[in-house]
Amino acid sequence: MKSVITFKEALNLALIKEMEEDSSVLVFGLDVPDHKGIYGSTLGLVEKFGTKRCFGTPLSEDAMTGVALGAAISGLRPVHVHIRADFMLLAMNQIANMVSTLRYMSGGKLCVPLVIRAVIGRGWGQSAQHSKSLHSIFAHLPGLKVVLPTTPQDAYGLLRSAIRDDNPVIFLEHRWLYDIVGEVDDEQAVPLGAPAVRRRGSALTVVCTSWMNVEALKAAEVLAKNGVDVEVVDVRTVSPLEETVIVESVMKTRHCIVADYDWVFCGFGAELAALISHRCFGALNRPVERLGYSYVPCPTTRPLENLFYPSAVSIIRMAEKMLALKETDLSGESFYTYEQRFKGPF
Amino acid sequence: MAMNKEETLSLYRKLILARRAEEKIRQEYFRDEIKTPVHLGIGGEAIPVGVCHCLPEGTKTFGTYRNHALYLALTDDAAGFFAELYGKVTGPGKGKAGSMHLSAPERGLMATSAVVGTTIPLAVGAALANAYQESAGIVTVFFGDGAVEEGVFWESLNFACLHRLRILFVCEDNGLAIHTPAVERRGFRSLEDVVRGFKCHVAAGDGSDLPGVVTATRQMLRLMSAEPQPGLLNFTYLRFLEHVGPGEDFEAGYRRRPTPDELERLDPVLRFQKELRQSGCSEQELEAVKISVDDQINRSVSLAQQAPFPAPSELYTDVLA
Repeated sequence: MKSVITFKEALNLALIKEMEEDSSVLVFGLDVPDHKGIYGSTLGLVEKFGTKRCFGTPLSEDAMTGVALGAAISGLRPVHVHIRADFMLLAMNQIANMVSTLRYMSGGKLCVPLVIRAVIGRGWGQSAQHSKSLHSIFAHLPGLKVVLPTTPQDAYGLLRSAIRDDNPVIFLEHRWLYDIVGEVDDEQAVPLGAPAVRRRGSALTVVCTSWMNVEALKAAEVLAKNGVDVEVVDVRTVSPLEETVIVESVMKTRHCIVADYDWVFCGFGAELAALISHRCFGALNRPVERLGYSYVPCPTTRPLENLFYPSAVSIIRMAEKMLALKETDLSGESFYTYEQRFKGPF
Repeated sequence: MAMNKEETLSLYRKLILARRAEEKIRQEYFRDEIKTPVHLGIGGEAIPVGVCHCLPEGTKTFGTYRNHALYLALTDDAAGFFAELYGKVTGPGKGKAGSMHLSAPERGLMATSAVVGTTIPLAVGAALANAYQESAGIVTVFFGDGAVEEGVFWESLNFACLHRLRILFVCEDNGLAIHTPAVERRGFRSLEDVVRGFKCHVAAGDGSDLPGVVTATRQMLRLMSAEPQPGLLNFTYLRFLEHVGPGEDFEAGYRRRPTPDELERLDPVLRFQKELRQSGCSEQELEAVKISVDDQINRSVSLAQQAPFPAPSELYTDVLA
């Protein structure tokens, strides 16, 4: 069945479907069953499936990650939810030392069907401890899959695939994407792996993670007015990374900006830039450029916050430089501001 | 402890297997063929041997890097054990686990770990899975006294007690975190007293006394059946050797060498042998166990030495399912 729903409703639907179809799926985390339900994504689960299959936890990220792992190797399929990815750092010992290594150290005897969902990125004034994405750090660890959905269809399809996967999957959801509306076909599976081309173009490829897809599509819309046709590629699955779609796109456009929703230095963007430079070396007209967070802790105040995050404007300016174009007058353009979408506190 | 002779000798065999296997490691380690750090548990064998002896079939067990006696008690698989230590593909982890991460999920030993405290929440998760699946099974987790200072111990204990899970926490208390004594690490008087504040059964015992460990464990399992909530057993023992490696370190200055009288009391093997003799076992019977165990160990070491290393292609297998 097809329906037009929000990203958060798509996540909710995926959880309901998986819980209906597989009695070993359970969902837990701090505040998962409360009246807010992780921005709506877990609303109704406890009423529908009971406290055995959907429950809140003590503020014990480290232990609860270990509990999820212990349950996963004992026949369950846990989905452990964090309202902020920053809080996963409290569970990093379990994630880096246990979740990612247990299968290898057991010589392949153990299976770890575990999903860790977390909200990432910008709200307003979220500052340095409620704004990280951390996918570069998770992807650095072999033994984990790392997924960042952007559309409601992907939120739905990738979450279902993640829950069905027999490996640990870190599933990172940008806060601003929760209210994005799109068509979701509940029968359409979205396998973990292949990137998606969000917009076809011939002049330049922008390879994006998470929210940067929204910014890149806006940038493409503006640049199209000047006859510059931008291709936008959504990585979707950061690890394991499937290279083909990305490489084919850049071989065609011969120009590439990597727009990663994370710090540039030592980040996933560097991995992409190295991959593209290596695989597309002869085809590139210009060196691969990278956009991402400024290399500072995230500031709170809006003017500095605006400088911290990459945006459609930074993509446009980078594209103009790369293609030796004049700077477009952006005074008539309307860019995304979150006040139009939601009010605080997040 | 009401046990017949057959059961007693079977328990003795497990104790001797753990002891002789580690004595074999001490003999062989200088050859540098066992290329994995070994945390030998000589002096503490009665705790895993005694506790595991009481566990019902199907129990899931988790442990630490000082896991040799636990692995052997649960599996009797000396061949796999030595193969893993020698890094061979015939080991239970195909040589990827080594001494510190031995496991045998098919025999209930789900995981052991080299980062202190890390398997404690896994055990709680396994107990949660038992409750979820409405299984009557129980879970046991072994950890050292150092782990009690990790936040994750308290987080795990709290969650297990909150959900009244069927889990037995077993503290193997040698009073040392590597070389630092408890008195220099703890701002509380007694682990048992603190844990009594939780919804948890608590008992303590002498970990050098194998029949005592068995009795305490059986009693704890009865308590956990009568009033379903977690249980914690704290067993003290003396670590005879250095934290890691095959040597003694009584001369290192951080602890004193026990007197011969103390050693007799603190060595679970000497102590159990004495009891066996008193209860009518002959020297020949004890010697026969030792000969049979040594034969098993020698064959296992020889097999391990001859077994192949994993092929280069094994580097990339078992990362993801």
